[in-house]
Amino acid sequence: MTLKLGRRRYLSAKAFLDEAVFGVAKALVLTSIILVTLYPFWNTIIVSFNQAIDTTRGGLYLWPRIWTITNFKSIWVSANVPHALSISVARALCSTVLNLFLTTMLAYALSRREFVLRRPLTIIVLLSMYVNAGLFPNYFLIKNLHLNGTFWVYVVPTLISAFNFIVIRTYIKTIPESLFESARIDGTSDFRIFISFVLPLCKPVLATVALFVAVGAWNAWFDTLLYNSNKTELFTLQYQLMALLQQSMSQSRSAADVNAAGMAANIAASMVTPVSIRAAGTIIATIPILVVYPFLQKYFVMGMNVGSIKE
Amino acid sequence: MSSVAINRPAGFWKRLLTQRQLVLMSVPIVLYVILFTYVPLAGWTMAFQDFKPAKGFASPWVGWKWFQYLFSDDLFVTVMRNTLAMSFINLVFNFTFAIGLALLLNEVKNKWVKSLAQTISYLPHFLSWVVVAGLVSSMLASDGVFNVILKWLGIIKEPKVWLGEPKAFWWIVGFTNVWKEVGWNTIIYLAAISSIDPALYEAAQIDGCGRFSRMRHITLPGIKPTIVVLLIMNLGWIMESGFEIQYLLKNGMNQDYAQSIDIYVVTYGLRNGNYSLATAGGMFKSVVNIILLMTANWVSGKLGEEKLV
Repeated sequence: MTLKLGRRRYLSAKAFLDEAVFGVAKALVLTSIILVTLYPFWNTIIVSFNQAIDTTRGGLYLWPRIWTITNFKSIWVSANVPHALSISVARALCSTVLNLFLTTMLAYALSRREFVLRRPLTIIVLLSMYVNAGLFPNYFLIKNLHLNGTFWVYVVPTLISAFNFIVIRTYIKTIPESLFESARIDGTSDFRIFISFVLPLCKPVLATVALFVAVGAWNAWFDTLLYNSNKTELFTLQYQLMALLQQSMSQSRSAADVNAAGMAANIAASMVTPVSIRAAGTIIATIPILVVYPFLQKYFVMGMNVGSIKE
Repeated sequence: MSSVAINRPAGFWKRLLTQRQLVLMSVPIVLYVILFTYVPLAGWTMAFQDFKPAKGFASPWVGWKWFQYLFSDDLFVTVMRNTLAMSFINLVFNFTFAIGLALLLNEVKNKWVKSLAQTISYLPHFLSWVVVAGLVSSMLASDGVFNVILKWLGIIKEPKVWLGEPKAFWWIVGFTNVWKEVGWNTIIYLAAISSIDPALYEAAQIDGCGRFSRMRHITLPGIKPTIVVLLIMNLGWIMESGFEIQYLLKNGMNQDYAQSIDIYVVTYGLRNGNYSLATAGGMFKSVVNIILLMTANWVSGKLGEEKLV
């Protein structure tokens, strides 16, 4: 008995030490992860609110030295932000609404066990996850469909994704069959069941998929480069930001060159630099995501787990 | 009433007729999938032609010419090396960091701290590569924080332009991927961890197991099936090293190490207008991808794990 007690006391002392060391290590690692994740944003915020010429002097790490909103004003005009923003919002909205509606409709039809075409259609959809003809075959398809140079090139090619299909279908399968059964006996058509039962019941999973689709559409830029690079009126915010990034990177390279003096004069005249405008643009492009995302967190964690169950 | 009749055996066409609403709800969408995913495969014929947009698919046939060109092109060899190196680094980093972070988050008992840490670490996943590339380039600039920290630690004497260091590029891409995706990748491991029977931990604690031995002997074996499946599936994507980050961060100085196979395709197609060579490159990648994925899927099935299709 005494032996056992002694052993236990020894253990608890060791456990206590264990706990303390581990607690400190845990806090340190967690804090540094959070700092590493957030600091780049903080840095961008500082640069975006700091006077551009002052920023080129360097040493700007914790707080703006000379506050200004010139950078935001400048990008607002030069990149035509209100217009680019409206294109970005429009494409995100169109993609999300059409994606959700069509994918859920397909998922419902293909979740019905008695549907005679269920197997072949499901295989076609699932295999599409692995089939990729490549950049230029897709490019020529878009060209042949005369989608290039139009707004719809942002929406039409990405309406159905096999991954979202799996997520939604897995969720529909968890809905008790009896819910649909009685409606069917009452003679409600499948389309009606889809509209008035399936869509409302799928709200949680649709929130997840909506987030995936909207973020994907919001963040896309390569399709603008590929199909709409000569249509300034169809430039999205991310595309404008991409152009600024390329500009600022070539500037920081050439700034190291001999003609840095000429560059400095140039910058002084315009009062802004690509680096500072880019910081302001980054903030504008990121805010919508920061605003929407915390509200959807509880949904997407669930959606990810449903999706990982797959078949 | 149409669906009720299904329970009785009936001919295919008769059943199809009664299910016409389901047909209308699915077939047009599947036709859409066929148009946008499978029809472009016909474009692979470009790889066997001297494709000129003006002539279209009536361009002259040249057999395997472009594939022969591809495999004898030194640039293609470099590009393959970069692709495989970057995706290997991504794979190793993704797994080790995500599993490590998941284990750490699992040990955080304070709910509020845990959810804050999760919210923050998932966030970068939702940012565009354009934004991320901007953040990376300002962190790594000669007056950026990275140089300041290295100087403070005494590792370097003079600030370096890291994006101008060819050899650093793969690691920049690797760490950028970790920064962006590590939190997101923990979700699946955290779900696996939460399904481990808590009684195992209690038993281990009574037996005097410390934190680390509990992690090693209970948590890690508990999530092993998840790790194995993800590892196999990710090996199937080894030809995909990413495209956007390389495209956005590459420059004249680092391009020997920055160009991946996707960049090669874009460069030949868009800049040089050589669609045939670009398609041959893309086709080579797709075919290798499919073979790898099929193998991965088959191995995964052999091991008694879930299959993807």
